[in-house]
Amino acid sequence: MMSEGSSFLKGMILGGIFCLVMSFFVTFNSGTQSDAHEHLHHHLKPVSKDELQKLSQDQKADYALMVRVYCLIMVTPKLLVHWAVANDTWSKHCDKPVFYTSESSKALEAIDLQEQDEWARLRKAIKHAYGNAGDLRWFFVARPTTFAIIENLKYLVLDKDPSQPFYIGHTEKSGELEYVEYDSGIVLSYEAMRRLVEIFKDEDKCPERGRALWKMPEEKQLATCLKYSAVFAENGEDAQGKGLFNKKSVSSLISDSMSQNPSDVVEACCSDMAITFAGMSQSQIQVLMYGVYRLRPYGHDFHDSLTFLPPKDSDND
Amino acid sequence: MASESNSAAGNQLSVSAKKSLFGESLHTELEMKALGARSAFYVGFLVGTCSLYLFLRQVGLSQSFVSRETEVHQKSLLDMIEEENKNWKKDRLALFNLNHPHHTGEDGKLADSLYKRVRILCWVMTGPDNLEKKARHVKATWSRHCNIVVFISSVDNPDFPTVGLNTKEGRDQLYWKTIRAFHYVMEKHGDEADWFLKADDDTYVIIDNLRWLLANHSPDDPVYFGRRFKPYVKQGYMSGGAGYVLSKEALKRFVEGFRTKVCTHTSSVEDLAMGQCMEKVGVVAGDSRDNLQRETFHPFVPESHLTGTFPKTFWYWNYCYYPIVQGPQCCSDLAVSFHYVDASHMYLLEYYTYHLRAFGYKYRYEPPLPNKMKDLDDPDQPEPGDVEQEAEAQDEQSPELDVKL
Repeated sequence: MMSEGSSFLKGMILGGIFCLVMSFFVTFNSGTQSDAHEHLHHHLKPVSKDELQKLSQDQKADYALMVRVYCLIMVTPKLLVHWAVANDTWSKHCDKPVFYTSESSKALEAIDLQEQDEWARLRKAIKHAYGNAGDLRWFFVARPTTFAIIENLKYLVLDKDPSQPFYIGHTEKSGELEYVEYDSGIVLSYEAMRRLVEIFKDEDKCPERGRALWKMPEEKQLATCLKYSAVFAENGEDAQGKGLFNKKSVSSLISDSMSQNPSDVVEACCSDMAITFAGMSQSQIQVLMYGVYRLRPYGHDFHDSLTFLPPKDSDND
Repeated sequence: MASESNSAAGNQLSVSAKKSLFGESLHTELEMKALGARSAFYVGFLVGTCSLYLFLRQVGLSQSFVSRETEVHQKSLLDMIEEENKNWKKDRLALFNLNHPHHTGEDGKLADSLYKRVRILCWVMTGPDNLEKKARHVKATWSRHCNIVVFISSVDNPDFPTVGLNTKEGRDQLYWKTIRAFHYVMEKHGDEADWFLKADDDTYVIIDNLRWLLANHSPDDPVYFGRRFKPYVKQGYMSGGAGYVLSKEALKRFVEGFRTKVCTHTSSVEDLAMGQCMEKVGVVAGDSRDNLQRETFHPFVPESHLTGTFPKTFWYWNYCYYPIVQGPQCCSDLAVSFHYVDASHMYLLEYYTYHLRAFGYKYRYEPPLPNKMKDLDDPDQPEPGDVEQEAEAQDEQSPELDVKL
């Protein structure tokens, strides 16, 4: 009895020491590893104002042409209200807004892909968009529950070469895979689209119907396929490092900021050049349209180097 | 004799057998003991590892949580004090603006010029119970753009600061508070401002746009502006909640009116009583709409006006002096005020007005330069050359250069 007790105690003490040693070892390792990861983790920022001002008028004209956006908006009849809102508001600012649906609906116009599976639908939409791009070189994939300020998207990619592979948005990490979140919108360059369309043909690396028992969400499947084509996710940020792609609503972000940064709510909350928000109601979006495209304080100007005209047939911006 | 030896041998046998048996059992007993000890050791090892792991996690988490919280709390207090000292001078229970707020990367020359030419004193109607809930957020947001801010309460508070005006709290005290507040600002600050704005602690005001509006008028004109309502007063009166602003001459006449008893405390309905006094002393109820006849002062939040959810029986329909427009044209791009704005909504409006924008976007509405600014050489007007080049660049984007007002 005594010997068992003492063995138990000995074991406990040794176990504790073992745990301490392991935890130090692990934190040390992850410490160095996280540094290495910082270097690998891509951050993408817009061009600086000074750089823009150095450009000639011809160069600016070239940039304006190159930075046009093809919007792929993935809708379903279930999301009809959001679809209508997107149709009536932000999608008008895309150079070519195209709605892709799972099944046709008499209420709104869209390209009917006749596909219920979300990943398969996304693949079809990407293939269609790539073939129909004309001379557009940037692609934005979103659900109708996302709201996007396309002018700020253009500002982010203004000086980036679309013949290079770009895959931009709000990045998250799942194990070893770094992917762009779907809810806050996905930006792809022409080259990234080309590589995607290529790798779609490879059923091993990029299967259309997943083989696993559980389905991997489309955003991760997309990231995996892109990874095989050597295209890596990059986090879109402004010059101060604030994220430009948000999967929350403006009011939600403000509430968070009120509890976390009560002395500097607005500065700490969200970027001035934010690109996306998500989960906003129809009336909140009308207020957002007014807030972005109309409401302003008189006498404060920005003299941006490029000009984007308001869309035709629209009165809420 | 043989039996005796036999039994002895038997005895001996049994003893050795017993001895070996004992040895065996002792051996197995020892074996079993060793096995027990070993398993106890392993179990102990496992228990030790797990419990210490959990303990470390617990400690680590709570430590980081506590340190982060205290860090955030400490940082926010210091930030607040620093921020306040940099931008405001507390003097005689009022806040004097030292720095017209600026935004990184912006050209605020025109706004700065108006700030000097059109000096606005903002007084905010609040109370001791609302300082933390409402007035604090007014202080953190739109009131930073006023030249002078005075928070009117029933109690003096030198820290916030608030002015106590010898009144009680409550809806029936509103006109008393208003009368006393205007008398107070006339007496203490009459020479330090040109226009005097009254707002509630749930009103959000865009002072830069108010300056744009007022720069078309002189503070020596007897005029006041706000959201004009038509009933009860012939020339109409201004909605209290949406905020209203008096010229210096209007304020002088208001104070004089009470001295000569032309105006008295006629009712506790503050905005109506105010309107009645203004009419009596010859102050004109101005038209605050922009040059496209869109309202600038709003009695509700933007959502209500923009998404048009007023039922036809709502009092609002019978009150507005000018025709009501619902939907996007309800409100000017250069809106001046909104009402019933709670704390988080204040920050939301501050974000929308002063922060969030669309890069390079050419606004449909080009507001005209106010009268006060026309007699100056304006360096901000774009040169004809620039506009043409921009138009060329945009031809590819859209065939016609649609510059709508």
